[in-house]
Amino acid sequence: MLDSLVFVLAGTLAAATPLILAAMGELVVEKSGVLNLSIEGMMATGAATGFVVATQTDSTVAGFAMAALAAMLLSLIFAILALGFLASQVATGLAVGILGLGVSVLIGKDFEGTTIKPLEKVDLGFLSDLPLLGEVLFAQDVVVYLGIASVVLVSFVLNRTKLGLVIRAVGESPEAANSIGYPVLLVRTCAIAFGGAMAGLGGAHLTLSYTPLWAEGLVAGRGWIVVALVVFGTWQAPRIAIGAYLFGAVSLIELFVQGQGFAIPSQLMSAMPYIITIVVLAAISRNPRVVRLNYPASLGLPYLRSE
Amino acid sequence: MTGFKIIPRSQSSFLAQLLVPVAAIVLTLLAGSVFFTLLGKSPLASFYAFFIEPLTSRYGIGEVLLKMGPLLLIAQGLAIGFRARVWNIGAEGQLLLGAIAAGAIALQFELSDSVWLLPSMILAGTLAGAGWAAIAAFLRTRFNANEILVTFMLSSIALQLLYYLVSGPLRDPMGMSFPQSAMFGDAAMFSPLLSGTRVNTSLFLGLVATLLAWIFVQRSMPGYKLLVSGLAPGAAGYAGFAANRAVWLGLLIGGAAAGMAGVAEVAGPLGLLQRNISPGYGFAAIIVAFLGGLHPIGIVFAAFFMALIYVGGDMSLVSVGLPNASTTIFQGMLLVFYLACYLFVNHRIQRQVASGTVASAEVGGSDADHTGSGATGHA
Amino acid sequence: MSALLELKGVSKIYPSVIANDRVDLTIESGEIHAILGENGAGKSTLMKLIYGVSQPDTGQMRWQGQPVQIKSPAHARSLGIGMVFQHFSLFETLTVAQNISLAVKGNLGTLSRRIEEVADSFGMPLSPDTMVHSLSVGERQRVEIVRCILQEPKLLILDEPTSVLPPQGVQLLFATLKKLAARGCSILYISHKLEEIRALCDSATVLRDGKVVGTADPKRESAASLATMMIGHDIPVATHAEASTDGVIRLAVEDLSYEPEDPFGTTLKSVSMNAKAGEIVGIAGVSGNGQNELMRLISGETTLARTGKGVIMINQTVVNAMSAAKRRRLDFAFVPEERLGRGAVPDLSLGYNSLLTGHEHGLSRFGFIRFGRMQQRAQRCIAENDVRCGGDNARAGSLSGGNLQKFIVGREIGLSPSLLVLSQPTWGVDVGAAAAIRQSLIALRDSGVAVVIVSEELEELFEVTDRLHVMFEGHLSPSLDTRATDVNRIGEWMTGQFLSVASGPANASTGDGNELTADSATNGAGA
Repeated sequence: MLDSLVFVLAGTLAAATPLILAAMGELVVEKSGVLNLSIEGMMATGAATGFVVATQTDSTVAGFAMAALAAMLLSLIFAILALGFLASQVATGLAVGILGLGVSVLIGKDFEGTTIKPLEKVDLGFLSDLPLLGEVLFAQDVVVYLGIASVVLVSFVLNRTKLGLVIRAVGESPEAANSIGYPVLLVRTCAIAFGGAMAGLGGAHLTLSYTPLWAEGLVAGRGWIVVALVVFGTWQAPRIAIGAYLFGAVSLIELFVQGQGFAIPSQLMSAMPYIITIVVLAAISRNPRVVRLNYPASLGLPYLRSE
Repeated sequence: MTGFKIIPRSQSSFLAQLLVPVAAIVLTLLAGSVFFTLLGKSPLASFYAFFIEPLTSRYGIGEVLLKMGPLLLIAQGLAIGFRARVWNIGAEGQLLLGAIAAGAIALQFELSDSVWLLPSMILAGTLAGAGWAAIAAFLRTRFNANEILVTFMLSSIALQLLYYLVSGPLRDPMGMSFPQSAMFGDAAMFSPLLSGTRVNTSLFLGLVATLLAWIFVQRSMPGYKLLVSGLAPGAAGYAGFAANRAVWLGLLIGGAAAGMAGVAEVAGPLGLLQRNISPGYGFAAIIVAFLGGLHPIGIVFAAFFMALIYVGGDMSLVSVGLPNASTTIFQGMLLVFYLACYLFVNHRIQRQVASGTVASAEVGGSDADHTGSGATGHA
Repeated sequence: MSALLELKGVSKIYPSVIANDRVDLTIESGEIHAILGENGAGKSTLMKLIYGVSQPDTGQMRWQGQPVQIKSPAHARSLGIGMVFQHFSLFETLTVAQNISLAVKGNLGTLSRRIEEVADSFGMPLSPDTMVHSLSVGERQRVEIVRCILQEPKLLILDEPTSVLPPQGVQLLFATLKKLAARGCSILYISHKLEEIRALCDSATVLRDGKVVGTADPKRESAASLATMMIGHDIPVATHAEASTDGVIRLAVEDLSYEPEDPFGTTLKSVSMNAKAGEIVGIAGVSGNGQNELMRLISGETTLARTGKGVIMINQTVVNAMSAAKRRRLDFAFVPEERLGRGAVPDLSLGYNSLLTGHEHGLSRFGFIRFGRMQQRAQRCIAENDVRCGGDNARAGSLSGGNLQKFIVGREIGLSPSLLVLSQPTWGVDVGAAAAIRQSLIALRDSGVAVVIVSEELEELFEVTDRLHVMFEGHLSPSLDTRATDVNRIGEWMTGQFLSVASGPANASTGDGNELTADSATNGAGA
């Protein structure tokens, strides 16, 4: 029984990490007033690139770096279209998302179904040897800790620094930010690039640690769950992280239940994350007051600098 | 210092509206040739395989028309919602529900030869697709839940539902435990349209939908109300056009069309229920709707072109050895270039030179040659 | 010693208009200099050039004697130019101190102390930790001014600053500006309000159609001579004969209380009013005191369903839960404050925009649009109201604010309503067109229509209304006979003084037989 608990809890942290990384990126993007729906495609591109580079170079660090870079390049296509060409952000997100899925299949086509040695777990000496706690908290791979750090960092930057203030200001009213002299498009482009890099890292964590293999369609809707998580967390980093752990737990319970051979159709368990997303989304969104206080007022709206 | 400035037009350019999809296709082809070269394939041979070869044989043309049917049907439905900024991206799931409902009836009355079997399948599939979309409409209007996310999640759930049914309740008992249903009877199938091809009479569903969509979008008050709801929700509220009605109508129409397309798939080329019913028609139709300028006539051409990419992708896989991701990449590039070019419908680019002279570089039609009226060619 | 700022032959050309045509302007250190001109004269464009938001096409600027090209607002600020915007550049979800820190260096702690110091020394109390969305419009302006002062500007630009203030607030603002000028800061004061400029400014530059038409010492000129300079011809003044109401109540609002869903909105507290056939009722008050909420409840854009109580009646029908479309069938028409995106769809043609409210007035049949009639209706509205545009195919968004307003007001009048409600009917409209709109409202009144006007412009309300209410923090005052009251009284009420006197009807009533007080409104509405 203890083993099952460790399996579920430790697995939850690992399973939530790709979601957290990508969601922290998307949070910053949305706080700057941009809705980038192409997370799924960017994560897939990051997943494939990370896997291929790590396999070829034997370096997971290189894998993660190139994954971030590839997804960032993709996000810049989004930035050019949505910011430079004033295209509908919803449509642009879909377009870049589809492109990203295509690119990921292309990049990974010679590696379909191959596996890789997963990212090593850290060894924190006696901490890692603690029963339960040690196995759950102190024997994860380093990216899991980076994910937690990213929550603290993004929360700190958005709420406690001048940079965060500028991002939020641009997201609330680009016109006003422009009139007091902030470069709206530059701030948004940087936010989008950051969001792309984080989605790439999240994707790479899937293929280099969580699964650890490459297969087409491996991201399996996580990019969309990330977008939903940002809404669940009402645009606040710690709440988003809690949501991500909840989803991590759901996917782990799915594995656990299948392993135990309960008489629940596996398809119902597979559909569970999506069902939960819909239910939570409805529950959170029904209160417009909570949403309004944290919602970036210009989210998704095109902005043309006027004279 | 030379700079470029984006300036809104006083009337949206009708010429630009026509040129934008053409330019998007040309740019996709250019980018495609770079892409083919990078893959070490001859661009010319690749283009031939992709875009010409399908049209050189009776079978190829049949395949293109076969794929055009569902794309046309779904895109017409989606475009109506998109004009109201109701973002239904879950047509794939609505299609599956339509297929499941039609399939369930066909399997229930396996031995029937009634002429009413197929119509009742079409009706059930349409209702099932609309019903699946109605969940999103209800959650959006009642709980303010974002329909983009809900429709996507519902797609994923629909897929699991299909997997469950074909490996359980609807599985063919004689099928060696393959996850698929028994074959439908003849009365449950659309009849062939052209001999030697797989294209069938369900193509007419798409053409009828086009006519209805044109009347609805271009001529009717409900169509106008939906458009206003999308372009300016504040103005819709001011005029008293109910916002919730736009959401319901947008989602139900899209869902119904997708459900009908699902019927056409299972009662057409497939003839049974299986795990793979749609090669991503629901997502590709989103691109078709945009590429057609959300205009019923434009969508016909866009659906044809998208179908060509599908068939070309399959054929070039065999003849030139292009990777099967090419189709997806082409779809993505098309939409990317379309969205970039669309800027010129409502804006023009002005070049600014430091000396103080202003040179106006008109792109995609000058202000003088407007014949269109609304931003969306609603004329 | 050279002037602080000098402009020579500065022009700014937009595709359709020359916004500034060879403008010369000189501002000395420590002076309060007015830029006077009516809407559309090029004042705002000139300010944007000086503040670096846009760059001139020709001409020269000198700052403290040195030639300068002001490339951006940041550059302008580094030179020592500050600006208080007409539509504030503040962020509602941030605190006062956070807002200011976006433009002023220093950490939040020290900045908060400095904000309090400066605010106190100018007699404008301000709490640094308050969220901006909870501030009144006047308080927001203080934030903007304090933000500028903290940057220690040499030149402060204010764009129509008094439009958001009650008369007492104007006095406070003027005292602050004079104090600033005494410390050596020059002030560039943009306005079209002549009396204010005469009270405050040392010199004035008058703009008309983008050109400088003269400079003057406003203290030596009369308001009339300044007006002639500004407008260039006499303007027709709306005639203002006694109302001859027949007493039929077209609009009745009884004891209306409502809490908006928007957490940044204003709660309405027991609002009562009515409007009868043949009279114009005005609602004065600084924006953001609940006018918007009241208008939406009357128009039907929000319905009084769950979160409110009270009764709204249009033409003797209770409309509490009725949609905007159904209310229009009761011969009701409405002109909202925002033109783009509410009164009109920016991306659609004027023809399609006439369909917005006209579809039940002959522009559609059996659910289908009648295109011929639609175009005719739009063309007639354009011709009758002198709307300058490229015809009925022009996008609504391409029209200037004033022209679009003329179109919208004309469109609604064209529906021949028996009750017309307008919010800020002449806001941003040039003087000639504003006079035309007011004249047509009076003509409408005389033909027996009940008209309700919400406006920030007291002059306008005094010019056209028969009765006046004042709105303050969600309360609506009893009405006063416009002819028997004065600006001071209304000014006092704009800061809420009616709340303490409302219980004494004798105080509010002015002997007019039709006069309604808070007490008698309920009875009258029942008739």
